[in-house]
Amino acid sequence: MKILLVDDSRTMRNIQKKVLEGLGAVEFTEANDGLEALTAIGNNPAGFELILIDWNMPNMDGITLVGRIRASDKKTPLIMVTTESEKSRIIDAIKAGVNNYALKPFTPEVLMQKVKQTLGIAA
Amino acid sequence: METMVKQQPAAPVLNAALIMPFVRSTLEVFTQMVKVSPQIVKPMLKEDAGASYDVSGIIGFSGEIIGSVVVSFELEAARKLVSALVGMEVDPSSADFVDAVGELANMIAGSAKKDLGKKASIAVPTVIIGKNHMIGRLSGVPCVLIPCHTEVGDFAVEVNIKPTA
Repeated sequence: MKILLVDDSRTMRNIQKKVLEGLGAVEFTEANDGLEALTAIGNNPAGFELILIDWNMPNMDGITLVGRIRASDKKTPLIMVTTESEKSRIIDAIKAGVNNYALKPFTPEVLMQKVKQTLGIAA
Repeated sequence: METMVKQQPAAPVLNAALIMPFVRSTLEVFTQMVKVSPQIVKPMLKEDAGASYDVSGIIGFSGEIIGSVVVSFELEAARKLVSALVGMEVDPSSADFVDAVGELANMIAGSAKKDLGKKASIAVPTVIIGKNHMIGRLSGVPCVLIPCHTEVGDFAVEVNIKPTA
């Protein structure tokens, strides 16, 4: 499974990788911001089976990235992983096209549960 | 003859509504992500401009809340807490150490934000490492110190914010 992790904190990407390795054979690609993520996605929007996206990042934030991805790709599952916990923010993210929303801080169990929900894998 | 009465400036008041969200988020972040339960001591006013300890992660607020929140660690406590967060030993002179301290500050500030009841944004974190470093704060706004003890050392959350609306 190919997963793209988009977060300006390498620490957070490493934490997410440790959790998601529980899915089995996973190939990770990492991006530091929305622009790097768009480069990684390139001309193959369906190249990843799951994308985790932070909200607050330099250069291009997560909500903008979600919009850019959804402009050409309605299918790839997107999970926003962020500290932005206000209801209005969550609604904005869902309107922009995320499939799920995970709040930081999280326990490994909660993040894995969100990922399995999103991928339609039985918990 | 008029009598002049010299008024003393009002003592700063601790605003619990601005402080308690950070107490809650600090407990959440360390319990869930670091698997350490800090003991939080009663918040107090911090009068001086020096950071509490030698490693500080700083998050700026803008919008309906302005100011900053600092998470300041003893160096050895930071090393052990960051290593627990990441799941491996992290050298305090490495970029990963700086990144992890910033992410802890980011999660504490970001998670507290929703309970402040205002539309505010937080900036990407800044991290300062060094003995006796100073931190610029909002003048006329109390800085509230939330002391935190853990089994691997101490840290403190310094809240210096005010609502603009």
